[in-house]
Amino acid sequence: MKPAPFEYARPSDVDEACALLAADDGARVIAGGQTLVPLMAMRLARPTRLVDIGRLAELSFVRDDKSATVIGAVTRQCAVEHDPVIAANVPLLAKAMPWIGHAATRARGTIGGSLANADPASEISLVAVTLDAILGYRDTDQAVEIRASKFFVGPMMTALPDRALLYSVLFLNWDGRIGCGFHEVNARRSDFAFAAAAAQVALDDDGVCRRLAVGVGAVADRPLRLAHAEQALTGTRLEPSSVRAAVDDALAEIETWSDLHASAEYRRRAAATLATRAILDAQAEANEKDGDAH
Amino acid sequence: MRTELTINGKAHAVDVEPRTTLLDCLRDHLGLTGAHAGCEHGVCGACTVLLDGVAVRSCLMFAVQADGYAITTIEGLSPGPGELSPLQDAFCETHGLQCGYCTPAMILTAHALLADKPEPTRDDIVEAISGNICRCTGYVQIVEAITLAAERLRGANRPPEPQ
Amino acid sequence: MSDRRFHFVSTDRRVREDRRFVVGHGRFAADIALPGTRHIAIVTCPHPAARIVAIDKGAALAMPGVHYVLDGRELAAATAPLMAGLDTPNVPRRPLAVDVARYSGEWVGAVVADTRALAEDAAEAVEIEYELQPFVLDAEEALAPASPPVHADHGSNVLLDRTFMWGEVERDFAQAPHRQSLRVKWGRSSTVPVETFAVVVSWDAWREILDVWASIQMPKFPDQIAAALRVPGSAVRVHHDVDVGGSYGVKRGIKHTVVAGYLSRRLGCPIRIVEDRLENMRGGDAHGPERLFDVEVAFDDAGVIRSMKMRALDNVGAYAGRSPFQLGKPVGAIVGPYRIGSVQYRAIAVTSNKTVQEAVRAFGQSPTNYAIERMMDEVAKRLGLDRLEVRRRNLIRRQEFPYTIPSGSTYDSGDYHAVIDKVLAHTAYADLIAARDRLRASGRLAGLGIAACLEPSGGNSSFEPLLNPKNTTTTWMDSCRISVDLSGAVTATIHTTSSGQGHETLVGTVVGEVLGLDPDRIRVVRPDSLESLPSNSPVGSRMAIMLGGAAFHAAHKLKAKLTAIAAHDLGIAPERATYRHGDVYDADNPERRLAWQELVTIAHRHFHRLPPGFEPGLAAAHIMQVPTGGTLPTSDGRVQMYPCYSFEFHLVLLAIDPDLGKPEIKRYLVGHDCGTVINPKIVRGMTLGGIAHGIGAALYEEFAYDDQGQLITQTFMDYLLPSSHEVPPIEIIHHETPSPHTVFGQKGSGESGYLGAPAAIASAVNDALAPLGITINQTPIKLAWLGDLIAAARQDKENG
Repeated sequence: MKPAPFEYARPSDVDEACALLAADDGARVIAGGQTLVPLMAMRLARPTRLVDIGRLAELSFVRDDKSATVIGAVTRQCAVEHDPVIAANVPLLAKAMPWIGHAATRARGTIGGSLANADPASEISLVAVTLDAILGYRDTDQAVEIRASKFFVGPMMTALPDRALLYSVLFLNWDGRIGCGFHEVNARRSDFAFAAAAAQVALDDDGVCRRLAVGVGAVADRPLRLAHAEQALTGTRLEPSSVRAAVDDALAEIETWSDLHASAEYRRRAAATLATRAILDAQAEANEKDGDAH
Repeated sequence: MRTELTINGKAHAVDVEPRTTLLDCLRDHLGLTGAHAGCEHGVCGACTVLLDGVAVRSCLMFAVQADGYAITTIEGLSPGPGELSPLQDAFCETHGLQCGYCTPAMILTAHALLADKPEPTRDDIVEAISGNICRCTGYVQIVEAITLAAERLRGANRPPEPQ
Repeated sequence: MSDRRFHFVSTDRRVREDRRFVVGHGRFAADIALPGTRHIAIVTCPHPAARIVAIDKGAALAMPGVHYVLDGRELAAATAPLMAGLDTPNVPRRPLAVDVARYSGEWVGAVVADTRALAEDAAEAVEIEYELQPFVLDAEEALAPASPPVHADHGSNVLLDRTFMWGEVERDFAQAPHRQSLRVKWGRSSTVPVETFAVVVSWDAWREILDVWASIQMPKFPDQIAAALRVPGSAVRVHHDVDVGGSYGVKRGIKHTVVAGYLSRRLGCPIRIVEDRLENMRGGDAHGPERLFDVEVAFDDAGVIRSMKMRALDNVGAYAGRSPFQLGKPVGAIVGPYRIGSVQYRAIAVTSNKTVQEAVRAFGQSPTNYAIERMMDEVAKRLGLDRLEVRRRNLIRRQEFPYTIPSGSTYDSGDYHAVIDKVLAHTAYADLIAARDRLRASGRLAGLGIAACLEPSGGNSSFEPLLNPKNTTTTWMDSCRISVDLSGAVTATIHTTSSGQGHETLVGTVVGEVLGLDPDRIRVVRPDSLESLPSNSPVGSRMAIMLGGAAFHAAHKLKAKLTAIAAHDLGIAPERATYRHGDVYDADNPERRLAWQELVTIAHRHFHRLPPGFEPGLAAAHIMQVPTGGTLPTSDGRVQMYPCYSFEFHLVLLAIDPDLGKPEIKRYLVGHDCGTVINPKIVRGMTLGGIAHGIGAALYEEFAYDDQGQLITQTFMDYLLPSSHEVPPIEIIHHETPSPHTVFGQKGSGESGYLGAPAAIASAVNDALAPLGITINQTPIKLAWLGDLIAAARQDKENG
């Protein structure tokens, strides 16, 4: 399983990377390569040129911007997994990280690579959609920002223009008593999920949910935020059967599919179970926090 | 395309096609056949090497991407000819292998784990090796080997446990 | 568990092979680098059935570094078809398809280039025009006369349909108060080693020898290569000192080696074929049984089974290799460990347009055990009896051994009840039930699974004459040669490859035991096939018995020579010469003795001191016949299948998340009796590894096809191998009932764990689902499907 031949370029900065992409229709970005290289080995992807951005320091960072946290696209997944700023400011992402592949793939895989690849089961994509992250990309010389809700348009399909380069993802920090939950179901722990759910909850001092974000992944052609469930449950005490009912309602209409591994009904049902668990976990975690804690 | 790889402390100049994976470069161009191909799509882990001490899949990197790292292969772990590191010896003690095909990768993964966590729990060990498929052993004797190695590495000056 | 009868056998010794593997000095076939080697990539057929209309090699041949494109017609003109097991002359098998391709993934061409990458580039450029043909995928459809025959000349898809009747089946059924029928399906999976098949060959035109280095586990491999290439056997030299990266039955590589061998001769250069994972999964011809069992038993009120009828229908794939025989081997344990008095067994093998099966660990016994154990659980359920109690009532009792089963095999020894008692002394049955009930109380589904089964071992070939009367093979020998050199060092031989079974340690231990010498100082080497005595490779759980036996006998011959030399030289009657740890002394006068080195020197140098008629030097060899083997089956198919029978008893506590359907093994206990254990580390490793294979087959692994005949599980992303997360800690409780047929009482253990794990896990799942009224009768039991079944049952319950 050897890839088709290609040329290799390692640009020294983002400008050079964008120029290389613009100049060659067959050029593709490689960062971690954990998804791209298997595709190339199977000859399902046949770039004629690889533009290796994996060492661009300007794209590898975790930045605490006070009310937001920004991650460079080429930041390795393992760095994000262990970063204290992420643990403090974007705990949902920290919670999702261990579910991604294996330690050996997280050592090389990048945050941006996972987002740009847009596998419906991608955990990072699910967190980005759930928290409505803002993605930034360079389209030749233009800098563009786009909300995660608009970024993922289909299975392995994003709004990223052909020659564009994803450079960052920004998460707005939540304040108050926050908790989060993340669940996946798969045959083996690191496999692509059959269903995944991410939830973040902010409780007021009386334990009432004043803000809720919940999303499901792997069950539709892209990660979906369960906006109806969020609306129905905000302002409530997140009583378990109400949570389940709201989640079931929200999932009733999503389009899902059957394949070798799971039926559509299984995906829908599992998503409901996992979303419920994620919300209740988030609530339990938030309840342990003091009112003043961030 | 020319590049320079630092492997087990030694610099090697190679001239390979960009599409040559680090795995194939090690095996076919440098004669380091301890890293093995099991799937060539990043699932089985038999190709594992260490990059700056971190376990990675060498089938998912191209050789031309691997310059500037300290690469460690299984050939770099023995203290000397005919000698075994404590970790390698522990695998022999518990028979944490049978056919030996996944073994270099397994040992490198364990090596990286123990460098990071000298007192791993069973769960830590199981998680660490979960990206390395073994079809012979059922993993039990592998976990025992890593547990034993951790004890020995930690307890070098400790008196032996009473039986 | 160290046995005081022995010095070295049964002691907890390290496995000496491990040393080279932990430092990366294993020598696998793909590690062999010969100057001038050219590389192969395979052109495969994308259709399940197609006539090959035209092959255009032009574009491929024009590409850089490409030397040749071989097609099936050219190869067929120059070679003989691959050996078939059954008498099916109209089902020829060729390494490359000739005119007709019969499964998606079948090899239709081989491209030769300077590198593997260049060969793959060119393989894509070979243009083949196909004419699509009708195809059949399902075994029951393939059985129907109207189905399109995979081999037109054969006329149907039925390769084998034989019914055996042993004992008074109809009478026993008529007289029994109860009957139960069951249909179970064993899904297509395989043992899928991490190393794919790899072979390097080099034809030396001046010596007229084909050197072969292969990742091989195949009886009579050199002979089959020679026959296919139409050269004498002495023109093929298979190097046995190649480490095989796991095989568990499947590494047969005959078509790979014939392609490579032909090309090496044709092109005058070394040729290398290393399957990539796609080639391996789709067209490596290493799939396992895919079997439909219809079982019916007749039993009494106590749950004692009097008689059994079993029909086993196997979907062999597009060609018949070794695999139809996997319906024959289980005849040797067709009643499992139970006292079933009469059996009707119908074995049917059908072709279909799927990848070809190969011999898989235990050669059909594991699916058969699954079917038998499912039935035991059904009988218990039917009568409202405890599943363990039903088994106890049916198990053969210790005092009944040796016990002859209806199909003619005699079980050598066993004490099944003792093994069970030992397991339950370790952990009480009531405690396991209580643990299960606690899991249920906590909101999960939970079940306790039980399986009791046998590992026939010693690997006789009796299934060959059983299913093909034209094949009158009655031996499946193995061999060992030991020599002592002038320095007094001992060297013993193994005449085959190994794939992790520790055979060098086995031989060292056995020879050391007999000669009273430190096993670690006994050199073990692997001569090539021209230098070797006959061997039949490590199949059929045979090597402890056969290689161990051959080494034992050769060592005893050596010991006898040394003793005779000493007796003659000391001038004493032979009975007084006593051998001990390499020295020989006069029993009546122990100070008169000759030391090892003195005896060695006499043998090598002092011919004048040797007994009359003695050959100089110090070497002995033994070629061993299978104990209890040597006879052909009777006309009604009774035969001693294998000589020895190991036993295993599994108890599995399993919990299932009812909302997600995700199973988790909470506890795994197995009682294992393989007679005398020669090396405890090796045997333990085999059992643990076998259970891991069984977990895979039960819960995760399947070669799944879509309705267009495409294999959907082509990579490790979809074919799910158990990782360390999926295999729990396993408690092995050991017992030993030695075999009367073997030199130390050892039985085989190479298949242990795999034989019973799928049955035990399936039993646990069914026990967990029992409160919902669900029963599952197929493998694998996949998580999402399980979730759907549970959801549907809960819905039904809710609806009343």
